[in-house]
Amino acid sequence: MTRFIYQSWWKVLAVIMLFYTLIAGFLLDVPELPILHETIRNVYFHVPMWIAMFTVFTVSVVYSIMYLNTGKEEYDLVAVECVNTGTFFYVLGLLTGMLWARYTWGAFWSNDPKQNSAAIAFLLYCAYAVLRNSIDEEQKRAKISAIYNIFAFPIMVVLIMVLPRMTDSLHPGNGGNPAFGKLDMDNHMRVVLYPAFIAWSLIAIWIASLRYRIRLIEYKKNEIN
Amino acid sequence: MKKIFLLALLFLCCGVAFGQSNQPVEMADTLRSSGKIYVVIATVAIIFTGLAIYLFTIDRRLKKIEKDK
Repeated sequence: MTRFIYQSWWKVLAVIMLFYTLIAGFLLDVPELPILHETIRNVYFHVPMWIAMFTVFTVSVVYSIMYLNTGKEEYDLVAVECVNTGTFFYVLGLLTGMLWARYTWGAFWSNDPKQNSAAIAFLLYCAYAVLRNSIDEEQKRAKISAIYNIFAFPIMVVLIMVLPRMTDSLHPGNGGNPAFGKLDMDNHMRVVLYPAFIAWSLIAIWIASLRYRIRLIEYKKNEIN
Repeated sequence: MKKIFLLALLFLCCGVAFGQSNQPVEMADTLRSSGKIYVVIATVAIIFTGLAIYLFTIDRRLKKIEKDK
């Protein structure tokens, strides 16, 4: 697994796939829908941000569990950098969503349940960073933040994926309307959307791995002193 | 070799000049069709190419540093 991040075939694959989605995302036909018009193409770029976030957050939880099992300091570093990268993609997802909402729902922020719970989920991961930085002792910090991370993840999933679906929401897929189901999405879109999910997830993992490698060098440098 | 190349270039220029005299000035090339969306695609492609190269460069530099250790 650690070898994986030093290989380059999947990085090339991610770049090629992303290129495909960038070009096909603009050129292929999309369903003609009122209100949405051409902004339906935002699905190719806004949604993958969240998928990328979910991917790195998931990797982070896996490494947090592995850290608690083995106590290897490197696993803790992976978990932190995955959370950092995930937060970055979170911000991109929120900003693109707000811009899209401005032109389809009428306002940047309309207190939509999904928007609100996404904001709460952001605070959850901000608290992770605060918690980490407030503990000086290395092992204690790693252990406590790993446990926090394991608990924060399911809460984040419930906040973003479950709770908004139980009330009325402007987001598709919530309050009984299908999540880009038959009505507003056809198979043409899936041809672009799913590769976009994979490509952006790989890009997120790539960035997280670069951050981890930098952090590992810093960590080893501090260890000698 | 140089002479042949020059000759070929000259012929090419000739061809271009003839082409211009025969065709209307407004050329409907691909980049200008369907609302000039191809221009946007090209822009996005350039930006992403830059970012990808940037990421690969960071990767290579890191590899170098890691090897030095």
